Amino acid sequence: MSDHKTIQEIENEIVEEFALFDSWDDKYEYIIDMGKKLPALEEKHKLDENKVRGCQSTVWLVSEYKDGLIYFKADSDAIIVKGLISMLIRVLTGHTPDEIINANLEFIQKIGMTTHLAQTRANGLLAMVKQMKNYALAFKIKNSMPHGERSAETKSN
Amino acid sequence: MIQSNTISKELDVYAIRKQFPALNRQVKGQPLVYFDNAATTQKPQVVIDALVDYYTNYNANVHRGIHTLAEEATAAFEASRDAARQFINAASREEVIFTRGTTEGINLVAYTWGRKNIKAGDEIIITEMEHHSNIVPWQLLCEEKGALLKMIPQQDGVLLLDEYKKLLSSKTKLVSVVHVSNALGTVNPVEEIIKLAHQAGAKVLIDGAQSTVHLDIDVQAMDCDFFAFSSHKVYGPTGIGVLYGKRELLEAMPPFQGGGEMIKEVTLEKTTYADLPYKFEAGTPNIGDAVVLKTALEYVSKTGKEKIRKHETELLNYATEQLVQLPGLRIIGAAATKVSVASFFIDKVHPQDIGILLDNRGIAVRTGHHCAQPLMHCFGIPGTIRASFAMYNTKEEVDQLILGLQKALKLLL
Repeated sequence: MSDHKTIQEIENEIVEEFALFDSWDDKYEYIIDMGKKLPALEEKHKLDENKVRGCQSTVWLVSEYKDGLIYFKADSDAIIVKGLISMLIRVLTGHTPDEIINANLEFIQKIGMTTHLAQTRANGLLAMVKQMKNYALAFKIKNSMPHGERSAETKSN
Repeated sequence: MIQSNTISKELDVYAIRKQFPALNRQVKGQPLVYFDNAATTQKPQVVIDALVDYYTNYNANVHRGIHTLAEEATAAFEASRDAARQFINAASREEVIFTRGTTEGINLVAYTWGRKNIKAGDEIIITEMEHHSNIVPWQLLCEEKGALLKMIPQQDGVLLLDEYKKLLSSKTKLVSVVHVSNALGTVNPVEEIIKLAHQAGAKVLIDGAQSTVHLDIDVQAMDCDFFAFSSHKVYGPTGIGVLYGKRELLEAMPPFQGGGEMIKEVTLEKTTYADLPYKFEAGTPNIGDAVVLKTALEYVSKTGKEKIRKHETELLNYATEQLVQLPGLRIIGAAATKVSVASFFIDKVHPQDIGILLDNRGIAVRTGHHCAQPLMHCFGIPGTIRASFAMYNTKEEVDQLILGLQKALKLLL
């Protein structure tokens, strides 16, 4: 479904959803609910190399590139973080590397997350965004390589 | 104004609260409940006023210049050293060195005494419940010298002294132990640890970062060789602390940093060093905060450490009784003697989630590994939720914490 919508459209949807809540208690309840609904990542992906650095809790993030689009999966041992990353996935998954790289993700600020979260935790959220954009950049670079080079790289792996 | 407090045996916590302006503020629209006192305490108005007074009236560089301001600043700076000496009952003011805090104090010993006295094959003993600042300086030293770092194990937050005895040998040169665990609140039997270390011919450093605010500290009775603490955990300013060392050890130690203040005479060929304590205080010190340390220490003494301790113990017992009734909650650390720290873990819940939801109710706790990762590793948990109490906390605030935890658990589980 979401592949029909642009990143901006999904961001707007989330901002509208959060506008319905009067209190942070309710916002957190919603975030926690999203966290609970995010499917658990298979154990085989819970590797050190998939961990996002800069978070107080453990966050694993994996990506897959299929037909020009990137798909994200993630998990965390902390539920609020899981809710936050589930929002990021909802916004960014199923888009092209360029769309992801250029996303400004203003919804994070618009729903008040950056001012509400303590600095260390806001940094964790930014670390997740950065990691997702890094994946997009990596796929883009890999994609733009001349064919000969790409096959050479595949062989060396 | 406070004569009624000093006479009565009970702490007048509501009168005390009025002396801490930060406690009046709101967080996330609710009155602040500050339970992160083991990280740093809030400051009473007298401390804030003293800092303003210093910069308003007699800011000058110390030990130089003959003008009035310099003399006043020097007198206040040295009076603070005397107050610190008295607070820990050091034998002389020369044994009291101003540092940036406990961490710098430990690093100073590692860098000077350690580099001079530790050789390849020597052993340094610490414990499993150390703060990283009493682990990493010794790791660095051991790596440089080819020495060995050993740890006294603990069980349920209690050091295993029989294991300690087995670790001690003629190779042991230093035992560096935390007096009160920041992560658990355990009060360690430092007197016995020191006695055993001395019998083996080793020196002992006590990390007093957490203990100095709660316990009566007497470095002579304790017979430790070094003792370090931080002002900001004793209701004083940040950025200043004290390292105590026995005079004969300090005299034999090479300087820490080179610069002004720590020299007697400098020629290009040879520099002679200043006498104690200045040998270890290179450069312009943190004068303002050092001066105000006296105000903080006097505030604590005047309020009465015994009364404060009694109040904090009551709070800890009350909190513990309430906490253990929450489903799935485990208190981490079962030491019989604890001060002021309730550290706990709740099954199936990440401490960080609790921390965020409590902050949303204006309740400040610490969550995580508390800079004691080896200890958390022993308990097999990513970290704990830590509520740590000070003289100004109340039972009503504990009730707020319990209510906040109940609401958080309802959302999270």
